[in-house]
Amino acid sequence: MKAAAFDHVRPEGVSQALALLARSDGGAKVCGGSQSLGPMLNLRLVQVDSLIDLGRLDELRRVELLDNVLRIGAAVTHARIEDGELPDVTRGLLPMVAANIAYRAVRNRGTIGGSLAHADPAADWVSTMCLLDAAILLVGPKGERRIRASAFFIGPFTTALETDEVIAAVEVPHFSPQARWSYRKVCRKPGEFADAIGAAWVDPGQGIARALMGSLDSMPFVVEGVEALGALRRPGGLSQMLDDAGVTEPYERDVHAAMLRRALADIGES
Amino acid sequence: MKTITLHVNGLEWTATAEHRTHLADHLRENLGLTGTHIGCEHGVCGACTIEIDGAPARSCITYAAACEGRQVRTIEGFDHDPVMAQLRDAFTAEHALQCGYCTPGMLVTARDIVMRLPQADEARIRHELAGNLCRCTGYRGIVRAIERVLVERRDPAHAD
Repeated sequence: MKAAAFDHVRPEGVSQALALLARSDGGAKVCGGSQSLGPMLNLRLVQVDSLIDLGRLDELRRVELLDNVLRIGAAVTHARIEDGELPDVTRGLLPMVAANIAYRAVRNRGTIGGSLAHADPAADWVSTMCLLDAAILLVGPKGERRIRASAFFIGPFTTALETDEVIAAVEVPHFSPQARWSYRKVCRKPGEFADAIGAAWVDPGQGIARALMGSLDSMPFVVEGVEALGALRRPGGLSQMLDDAGVTEPYERDVHAAMLRRALADIGES
Repeated sequence: MKTITLHVNGLEWTATAEHRTHLADHLRENLGLTGTHIGCEHGVCGACTIEIDGAPARSCITYAAACEGRQVRTIEGFDHDPVMAQLRDAFTAEHALQCGYCTPGMLVTARDIVMRLPQADEARIRHELAGNLCRCTGYRGIVRAIERVLVERRDPAHAD
């Protein structure tokens, strides 16, 4: 199908984009590579008056290595992360996740900020940033604000992003040399959205122990703390987490439990 | 309507299109380049895969207006490309096409695999090819054709 009519606008900078958004009265939508929004527009699941295209703004394509975090501009593509163009502060987690998002032709265009703003519960960056509880940097008419992934994602396709704000960057914490992580997913076919995601991240040096079930009907479900992860390894532990995450259908319980069990086995005793 | 200038297959093309027109429609309807095929129009089937600035992209979920000033290469732009010549020969030798509808997208993806992943084995080829659907289900031949080119390029002695 073809998208319904809209105006395609390419602002010259973020400030111009914000002015356009403010003037749009809610009828505009921001896009990066249009790899999620494009299909929805073509299928007319979404209709907009105007599409504000940020995909080529240099100020959003930057990557900065700061003391505690790697700040990744919202318009950085999955392919750039896959190819190891960014300093690897996550001991390989980000490139591995990026390499398994959709297909290379999609990864060449799709952006990390676009994926987070779209907030598909099955999207890999959504689960990854929830696992890391990364900070998402938003910019609006009142300036910048920082929000944790756990607070940013309100529900499927719903975020704390105000209608006059855009995502500027995401800040990923540095892993210590002792950090261990695993990210497992099962897809019916490579490149499809996952049926289930199981992920874990422990960083004893920083006192971090987190595990996640993703690609649920709701946003990713995270448990935190060495004791909570220990409980998951005991009989009935995963079943309890599935109950808490609201997973009832038997196949879904099986695949989610299997992915998380594998992720926990990957990271070993924490 | 919007006036859009693209560099397509080495030539500058200026044409008008609606803002909502995706790149595949623009190439086919406004520039007459019908080698780019349209399948699903939501980024799943890979038939419309072309290159933008040297990297494969889905032209059905990329809007033409978003490509202003970019280098676009469609299947018509690979006539004199030596890697594509090798792939065409291999596709013929391995019967890697039946109806031919997926072939332009398959070839662009195949070339990307050959150039980006010179050490790819069969499993990797299949993984990388997952985003291009062949409704004749001719994957065996397609995978073999790509494998053949990879082997030829790793060791030219294997070339026929």
